[in-house]
Formats: sequence, C-alpha cells, structure tokens
Amino acid sequence: MKTYINETDGPVNKDRRDFLKKLGCGVVVVFSVGTPIYGITRKSVLEDFNAYLRVKEDGRVDLFTGKVEMGQGVCTSLAQVLAEELEVAIDKVDMIMGDTELCPFDAGTWGSMTTPYHDPLIRAAAAEAREVFIKMGAEKLGIPQKRLKVENGVVYDTADRNNNVSYAELTKGKKVIKGVAKPKLKGSSDFRIIGKPVLRLDAMQKVTGKAKYAGDVTLSGMLHARIKRPEAYNAKLVSVDTSAIENINGLETVRDGDLFAVLHESPDVAQQAIVKVKAKWDTPKAKTDDVKVFDYFKDSNPEEEEFESGGNVEEGRSNSTVVLEEEYYDGYKAHASIETHTATAEYKDGKLTMWVSTQTPFGTRRAVAEALGLPQDKVHIRQSFLGGGFGGKIYNQQAIEVAKIATKVTKPVQLIWSRKEEFLYDRFRPAAVVKISSGINTEGKINFWNYNVLFAGDRGAKLFYEVPNYKGVTSSRKDTHPLQTGAWRAPSNSTNTFARESHIDMLANAAKMDPVEFRLKCLKNPRVIKPLKAVADKFGWKPNMTLDSGRGWGVALGEDVNVYVAMMAEVEVDRINGDVKVRRVVCSQDMGQVVNPQGTRLQVEGGITMGLGYALTEHVRFEGGKVKSLNFSDYEIARFSTTPEIETVFIDDMDSQPLGGGEPSIICVGAVVGNAIYNACGARLYQMPFTPERVLAAIQKGGM
Amino acid sequence: MQNVIQFKLNNQPMELKVNGNANLLWVIRYLLQLTGTKYGCGTGDCGACTVLVNKEPIKACMAYIEDVEDKEVITIEGLAKGEDLHPMQKAFIEKDAMQCGFCTPGMIVNAIGLLNANPGLSPEELKKGMDQNLCRCGSYGRILAAISEASERMNG
Ligand code: FES
Ligand code: FES
Repeated sequence: MKTYINETDGPVNKDRRDFLKKLGCGVVVVFSVGTPIYGITRKSVLEDFNAYLRVKEDGRVDLFTGKVEMGQGVCTSLAQVLAEELEVAIDKVDMIMGDTELCPFDAGTWGSMTTPYHDPLIRAAAAEAREVFIKMGAEKLGIPQKRLKVENGVVYDTADRNNNVSYAELTKGKKVIKGVAKPKLKGSSDFRIIGKPVLRLDAMQKVTGKAKYAGDVTLSGMLHARIKRPEAYNAKLVSVDTSAIENINGLETVRDGDLFAVLHESPDVAQQAIVKVKAKWDTPKAKTDDVKVFDYFKDSNPEEEEFESGGNVEEGRSNSTVVLEEEYYDGYKAHASIETHTATAEYKDGKLTMWVSTQTPFGTRRAVAEALGLPQDKVHIRQSFLGGGFGGKIYNQQAIEVAKIATKVTKPVQLIWSRKEEFLYDRFRPAAVVKISSGINTEGKINFWNYNVLFAGDRGAKLFYEVPNYKGVTSSRKDTHPLQTGAWRAPSNSTNTFARESHIDMLANAAKMDPVEFRLKCLKNPRVIKPLKAVADKFGWKPNMTLDSGRGWGVALGEDVNVYVAMMAEVEVDRINGDVKVRRVVCSQDMGQVVNPQGTRLQVEGGITMGLGYALTEHVRFEGGKVKSLNFSDYEIARFSTTPEIETVFIDDMDSQPLGGGEPSIICVGAVVGNAIYNACGARLYQMPFTPERVLAAIQKGGM
Repeated sequence: MQNVIQFKLNNQPMELKVNGNANLLWVIRYLLQLTGTKYGCGTGDCGACTVLVNKEPIKACMAYIEDVEDKEVITIEGLAKGEDLHPMQKAFIEKDAMQCGFCTPGMIVNAIGLLNANPGLSPEELKKGMDQNLCRCGSYGRILAAISEASERMNG
C-alpha cells in the first residue's frame, strides 16, 4: 500500500495526521484551517479540520462530520452536496456523524449553522476529491486531464467513453490524503442533486424501527439507573434513607454528592426501588411563579443594554400624531422532544464509551471528562440518532450523571430520563416582557420606535422597517430567572417577533390602513418585500378584507439568522368559548440556495406546527424551582387536530450561500395567529399562549 | 413472582419467564431487544410506545406482560415481510412523513391498528384516531397524507 500525503494548505494537527494514517485504504480529503469558501473563516467553525470524506476501495464514500441528525435532515442534505461535487450517486454515501473519535471536531448542531457553514466545506472537500480522481485517472489512462470528465463515480475519456476507470479501481490498494486547496466548485446550472427534492436517506431505518437512538443500545448485563429527584430543580440533597430497599435482590446504589441512584437490570425494579427511597431536600424559597413572574421581572431593576439606535426617539415621540404604548408577555416554554434525555455508558479499562442524546457530542465529551477528572481521550461519544433537539439537548446533564454512575459500577448503565425529569430539568425558553412605544406621523408612517425586551435576548428584535427615530434595548439581570433557561428553536425570536408584529398591526390600524399595505409602505429592504409579496399572492390576501363572523386573516414578518420570513394565516375564533382554530398558514422564506427543497419544506412545516403550540397552548406552570407542568397532559403541544393546512413558497437563489431553514419559520407563528385573531373578532392578545380564557377576556375588553 | 407467559410476538411463539407485572414496554425493549418501540412519557400521553395486541393498538407503557398472555403482539419490527415493507411503512417513506423519527414507529403502528379495525376511515376520523400520538417535530400533515395513501392501497 502506498501512502501519499499532501497537505499543501494549512496545518493539520499531528494527532489528526496520525489518525488519518491509521485509516484503511482510500482517498481521504480533509478540509483544513483557513480555506475560505463564501468568505467563511470563522475560527469556531474551522478549528482543526472541519470535515472530511473518504472514498473507499469499493467506491462507496464515507462522510465524517461532527454534526448530528436530529430530524432536521442534514444527513440527507450533506450527502446531497457531497454527491453533487464528487459526481457519485447519493446512495453511495455513508454518513458517519457525531462520533468523537472518528469525526472532526464540531462545536455543536444548533443555531441553523449546519447548512450555511458546513455545506460549503463539504462541497469543497468533495470537489477536491473529484480533482484528485481526475489526476489519478489521467495517470492511469495515460490521457491528459483536460480530456477527462467524471460521471457517476467513473472517470472517462471525453473522446471515447469506453476508455474509463472507476473511483473504486483508482482507490484500490492506495491511500491518498489530500487537503483542500482551491477546488473549482460546480456552477448552479450544472447541479444534478443540489436544489432537487430528495427524500430522507434515513427513512428506511426509521420506519422499520432499526434507527438507533441513545437508548436503543442494549449492552450485555446493562443496568438501568433511576435517580432520586426533588420537586424543585434547584433543591439540594440533605439526606437519603435507603432502609426500604435494602433487601432488593440485585439492586445497586450510587451516591455522588447530590446524586443518588439505584440500579437494576430490570427497569421496573429500579423504578419501584427509587420510589421507596426517602430523601430530604433543602429547597430555596420560591421567588415567584408563572403568574407573578412579569411583575417580578419589572421590579427586578434590570440593566439596559442597547442593541440598536438611530435618530432621536424623544423628538420622534413629540412630533407623532398617534402614540401607542404597549406591553407584551410570553411565558416559559419547554422543549418537550419526544425522546427524553438519554445516555448509555460503558466503563472499561479506564475508558468511557457513551451513546448520548445530544446536539453537542464534543461538548459532551469535554463536560463528562471535566466532571470526572478524566482526560478527554478517555471519553468516547458514539454515533446515534437524536429524537428531537430544538436547542434543548446541548447541556448534557444526563451524560454527566450516567458517567458518574457507570464509573462506580462494573456493568454498563443506561439512563433514560422520565418525562417528569425532562420537564423538571429543561432549560426553558425564557419568559419575557416586551415594552414598545411608537408612533406614526401625518403621512401615516412610523415616526419612532422604542423597544425594550426584558429577560430574553435580542435575536430577531432588530427593526427592518424604515423608521427615522428608533432605539432597541434588552434589559436583564443575572440570576433573576426563577427557572433554568436556554436556547429554544430560534432563541428569543418568537417572543420578539410576536411583540413587534402585533404592535405594527396596531399602528396600521391607527393609520387606518390594511396591515399588508402599511407594512409595504414602511419597508425598503427587498429581502423582506419579496417574501411578503410572494406570500400575499399565494395566500390570496385582499386588502381590508372582512370575512364571515369569527374568521380572520393575519400577517407577520420576521428575520432569523439572515433568513426573511413572511407568513399569513386564517383562523376561526369561537366567541362563546374562546377557542381558536388555525385553518391555514402560508409561509414564504428568502433563504439563499435551497439544497433540498423537500427537506426544507418539511422543516418549515415542522416549525409552523411546533409554533402553534407556543402560540395557543404551551405554558410552563411553576412555583419557584418547582415545575408544575410535568407531562404532556398538562403541557399541551400541537397535535394532529390542531394542524392546519400549510403551504410554503421559497424565494431561492441557487448561486448564493445556503442558509439554515430549521428555525426561521417558527418565529412568526405567535404574531400571525394573534393578528388573525384580532382581524377575526377585534380582540387584541398581549400574552402568549392565546388560551380560551385570554381570548374571551380580550373579546370582552374590545372585541366586536 | 416469576410466571411463564406465552404469547406470539411478530408471528413467533414466545415463552418468557418473567414477573407477570413487568411493564410490557420494558419487556419488549430489553428482554426481547426490540428497541423500535419507544419510551416517550410512560403515562399513555404520547403514543411512542404503541404496539398491536390482537391487531388493536395499545400503549405498551401502560400494560403488563400478563395482559398479552396467549395473545398476538406485533411491533414495528414485525410489520415487514422480509424485505417487503408494509404499505404503511412505504407510504411514510414516500411522503417523507418523519423528521427525527422518534415518534414514527408509534405512528405507523397506531395507524395500522386504526385501519385494521375500520378500513374505511375518513381523513377526519383518522385525525381523531391519531390524536393521542404526538410528534414534536410537527410532521402531522405528512403523516396524515401517508396514512391516507396507505389506506387506499390497503383497500385497493
Ligand atoms: S411512552 Fe407510552 S404513551 Fe408515551
Ligand atoms: S418526527 Fe420527531 S417526534 Fe415525530
């Protein structure tokens, strides 16, 4: 076997080089630090090399990536871009994902970053590999490279197609390692696979029950762990009384600080045992609850931080003809993936091998190593599918717990959080208050905009309307949230978009204008206008339309990770019981190159459906650290019966950078439903979710 | 108390020596190593654990192994005949009716159970019959499309 190593461009660190040498035969292309594609040189993305692929001796291709498949479809879209540039059939691609020993470092699968930052790297690596094969083919066939072309994994002579050699033949018995130099990427007019709808590649495994999630790894002799939990997530363990479980056959217990676990090879026995354990907890005094939390926020003396400003807001206020001042409220929301936090671990010869439901395999490795005082190379996170993430599976508490337990017993251990634990330890989407004051001038345009979001972030809060005088601030104070908070699909954006777009609707009303016309009058950015017009067209929006009683139309606009979204919806409000049914939603997104329209549509539909939950029903009840919504029966997510008809229009541009499509569609849902309710019955909702009680109260206040 | 429990699993006769009150979901997943049936809540609220017992869908997390004594249990792994997928599985693939896929086995099994009992269900009735199965990824629209497609093929 011959090994060629060619690292013309940028350093590949030594460990990696050794590792690459250990791989079997094949043509390996690594993407190393500093090769800019679409101007991307973000350090965080390109630490070490970020992606690589290997063409094996049988002509199949392994794609190694630190990303994970959690439903967003990257195992399909990444295979697509690879197959496109390498000129192989898509079913020749095998995805090796999220394995910390096989895959290059990755910061995590979140923030809609896979498509914009990862796709280009993989395209470049694949294009480089294609060039390597042309070079090898030229040598083998004794023909100048210029005369060669590639199709379907075969290098052929353009003068005589029968004169050809396949990737597999070229790879046989060789080992080539190549860094990406300046590969020539295909132009969009030559695309065969990018931009074409492709069905999910993981579907077969998923419909047959063969897809392996972290809890589907069953190791011989494996024990099931159950942990004693308090009622409040922030309680400290004072003491445990195990007298009631002392005689249970085969039961093991582990105590490590605040962690007390029982283990048994039968999950039933472990469950029965943990209930019998008595524990004393020290629970911090409740600071607030889900009803009082908004006043609690306002009284907490938060510090302001400006994120944008221009003109003079006070002047704008004084020369406005109408001034509107409102507050908007949003409660905590749970991630509520159907798969709960899960981890399986085996500790052998000083090394932990783990399968973890996580969006951050490398982050898990680090966290586990730190928690246990192990070097990182003594922790190996293996590949598994993720049963939903949405930003909730980046904290990895379950992995640390199982690691602590597994290192103290002699058998492998599995920990599947119960649904209760999942709610108790969730890092919720933060509750927030948004204060907006703004006004219009004599021309009916927005004259000033003063925006303050309390206790959530500013994602999606930047104004894209043309306003001469504006100021946007976030207000918060550390350690004020009574619950743990974290990233939730497009963090903070749904809250900000709800507040802004509700307010814009009211300004339109004050200006006596149709909400779409008013928006168009206040917009200049074509990236916002295009989707708005496209959605109005598809929806069949008619200005100043009034529908039969109880039905209404709404519109909302938003921006997330540089994707612009326009949405329209039709709702039906029952004025007697306050019930809201969403009948139809149309969404348009301006999102650059769409790699897989099929998969992206799915993501958009999913975002809208999930969004209906936060808009209409989802609401975490709590008192201090005690979470009271602990199951789907008291935390209502969207269901079949709440799903409307959904249509999607993309404004795509095949030559531009692809943008992430997993998050943006969710941001407009609260706003569009709220605005449609107003249109239906004159009831303005200032707080999500729009429960029947709130809708009835709003109807009584101002409805028609 | 260990009992000997006989039943049929995916068309194979089974004899297990277990506690009669062992949870059916855990027996299926760990004793029988069929992990396609999922745990999502353990309280009957999500449908991820749905299996067929004498052709009817039940939530395995709410059942004991003794409940299936002398009965016929079908899990997601038992639907295909060799390489040949069940029409419902095929339709799920063709309609791209999943994202993370964690709810998918429960969805497929429940849909088949509904149609077993009543092949002529209307789309509205199907929606109702599926309403206890949750999908956080929001694939409902496509799942319904897949079920309708499969139901036509199963009848035709
Ligand atoms: S796990 Fe059985 S219904 Fe949720
Ligand atoms: S596909 Fe993820 S829960 Fe249904």
